[in-house]
Amino acid sequence: MIPEFGHFALIVALCLAVLLASVPLWGAWRRNTGAMALAPGLAMGLLVFSGISFACLAVAFLQDDFSVEVVANNSNSLLPAIYKFSAVWGNHEGSLLLWILILAVWTAAVATFSRQLPLLVLSRVLAVMGFVAVGFLSFSLLTSNPFARLIPGTPADGQDLNPLLQDPGLIIHPPLLYMGYVGFSVAFAFAIAALLGGRLDASWARWSRPWTNIAWAFLTLGIMLGSWWAYYELGWGGWWFWDPVENASFMPWLAGTALIHSLAVTEKRGLFKSWTVLLAIFAFSLSLLGTFLVRSGVLTSVHAFATDPARGLFILVFLAIVVGGSLTLYALRAPAVNSRVSFAWLSRETLLLVNNVVFLVATLTVLFGTLFPLLMDALGQGKYSVGPPYFNAVFVPLMALLVPFMGLGPVSRWKRDSAQRWKAELLLPAIAALACGLTLPLLHGEYNLWVALALVLAGWLLLGLGRDVWLRLRAAPTLARGLRRTPASYWGMVVAHLGFAACVVGVVATSQYSIERDLKMEAGQAETLAGYRFEFVELANFRGPNFRADEARFVVTRDGEEIARLAPQKRRYLASNQIMTEAAIDAGLFRDLFIAMGEPVGQGGAWAIRLHYKPMVRWMWLGAILMAVGGFITVVDKRYRRQRAASTASAGEVARGAQA
Amino acid sequence: MHPVRKQRLIIVLCVVLFSSAAVGLMAYALRGNINLFFPPAEVAAGKAPVGQPIRVGGMVVEGSVQRSEDSLHVRFEVTDYQARVPIVYEGILPDLFGEGQGAVAAGVLDDQGVLQATEVLAKHDENYMPPEVAEALEKSKAQMKGANMTKGQGE
Repeated sequence: MIPEFGHFALIVALCLAVLLASVPLWGAWRRNTGAMALAPGLAMGLLVFSGISFACLAVAFLQDDFSVEVVANNSNSLLPAIYKFSAVWGNHEGSLLLWILILAVWTAAVATFSRQLPLLVLSRVLAVMGFVAVGFLSFSLLTSNPFARLIPGTPADGQDLNPLLQDPGLIIHPPLLYMGYVGFSVAFAFAIAALLGGRLDASWARWSRPWTNIAWAFLTLGIMLGSWWAYYELGWGGWWFWDPVENASFMPWLAGTALIHSLAVTEKRGLFKSWTVLLAIFAFSLSLLGTFLVRSGVLTSVHAFATDPARGLFILVFLAIVVGGSLTLYALRAPAVNSRVSFAWLSRETLLLVNNVVFLVATLTVLFGTLFPLLMDALGQGKYSVGPPYFNAVFVPLMALLVPFMGLGPVSRWKRDSAQRWKAELLLPAIAALACGLTLPLLHGEYNLWVALALVLAGWLLLGLGRDVWLRLRAAPTLARGLRRTPASYWGMVVAHLGFAACVVGVVATSQYSIERDLKMEAGQAETLAGYRFEFVELANFRGPNFRADEARFVVTRDGEEIARLAPQKRRYLASNQIMTEAAIDAGLFRDLFIAMGEPVGQGGAWAIRLHYKPMVRWMWLGAILMAVGGFITVVDKRYRRQRAASTASAGEVARGAQA
Repeated sequence: MHPVRKQRLIIVLCVVLFSSAAVGLMAYALRGNINLFFPPAEVAAGKAPVGQPIRVGGMVVEGSVQRSEDSLHVRFEVTDYQARVPIVYEGILPDLFGEGQGAVAAGVLDDQGVLQATEVLAKHDENYMPPEVAEALEKSKAQMKGANMTKGQGE
């Protein structure tokens, strides 16, 4: 009964979404306040009913209701309860329901926290989000109903969740990622609403900025968790594969990074308005494209659940409607919102423009690399694959190019700046960064030019930021007042940029200094790697709740001192008979030690063993966490709470602009 | 210069500069880093280039997997039921690798017609097969059927 109830709730949600997409929009067109005022209530209803629907599916999973097809295919009575819950989104239908629920959460959040917005704008924004919800709800109901039953033919037990997904990281990775993906729909909705209203002023940017920052921060966390999961769960110690599905989440992130910077220019200076709108459309379209790539099965990877052409076609059509519709609207309306403000060569605007161009180019190169195999296949040119070397060759120089400008950014001034001032402020940090970066790799023994370059760039970012913070605080009469006067959005920027610097160091150090060795080892043997002695003590059997495993017990020592006891496993899951590698990791701020089991070799109980020494690999994820934290900090800025006052002020600004 | 025009110039120059750099990089990066998939039949027919990175995939032939006793050296064959390609690899094979299962290997073909693999991928779960492999198998099946039919007509 509960699944039918969930199905019914989903249908109600669709009806509410249809109303939300149409009535407030009609109200905004006819200036009918009553119709417009319905929008927040409809948004709440959408949240309630998609929440009920999601809860029903979760109950079906937790109660082992194997008459529901999705449950039968993706759960098992032996599965631990927490994984039964996360199995809700460990499959195509359920993850789509999660998509819908999160979209409803965002819609309701906009309805709740934007009450001070003019009703005209709010109703348009919510209507656009309602339209997106219509698309995904009908996708769910028409092509991938999560509540489909297996009656008759109910199996006695389920087929189990894919063992790769039975992991704590995977419980929160999809929700965080979707918070980011779907969060860009808010920026998109604001952009479309602004185009519909024909008024793209600074207040528009101010309204959508906090939402975009939150979405971006969630996406950062989601991608970071995915990378971390791949590192410890896939058993080969890699953390980024340029897999099409990783790219699918990375492209919206790149476009989103460009968007949050371009929004800053639009808000502060009223520039790049049409460009910002285009980026908002672009970022959300890439989110949809990502969903298409992952859900249609045109690309194969761990993430691809379904290979049903009808589903791919549906998303493709929806994508075409969204992209085509919004670009048409853009073409019709964008010229009307041109700006008349100017800036000089040396100015913060130019630096942020560089940021935008670099990130956009990076997005396009990743997009090209991801779609190239599809394109060649469609043209009948053969089955190509584009590997990591392509992406690395394109991506690394682009990021290296970005950092010098990024260091200048915080110190620079809006509108007009001078090279003399930059030189006066940043000559010292530049020399210090150069000196540190060039000497620090000496500590590691063998000199590595790439690490030196990364350290110079990271040092440049760090010291430039430090210099700027110091300048700001020095200008205030007391330190306390200086701290209080500095807005939260500034601190958010500082933290996020520091995170980026940490990322750069982590990525380069771990790629350059990692030592990996695949060996044949048997109990009693030992191997030394980077000064760490890995001793294979014994081979044991292990029995888990729903799997059996061979376990290789290792003791790691350094100079005779015990560092860690590690026990990697080779698991065989009982329900699905799948084999899985469970790596053992001793994590540290400056190095990770990683052991994974391959397969038995020969008859004498020997195993293929993979030993890794990975320096500074944590810096990458810590950096990503810092970036996300920075994104969240910006949102508490007081400025965003004074929206009403600001919106009237900027209306005056526009009037003045029109006179000029 | 008029400030607005100057600003446009800045924007246009930035865009042109960075995108041409990107196009250059992409062209350079694409040259050596894409590889084409070949079914075993085409490799056997000599259609695959020697000394260039390619991918070969098919079903791992039953009984063909030979592991070395004292190292991680492994040799196996993949087939599309028309031809077989021997593959050698040094390292740990993926969890889902097995005889009679689909696999794709990336590497370089040597002049003996052996693929020196640098990477071996296996299917991800029971229902999944790399699409290239599935298509190659289907094609060879269709061809075999066609061959049988012509033979049948001849008799």
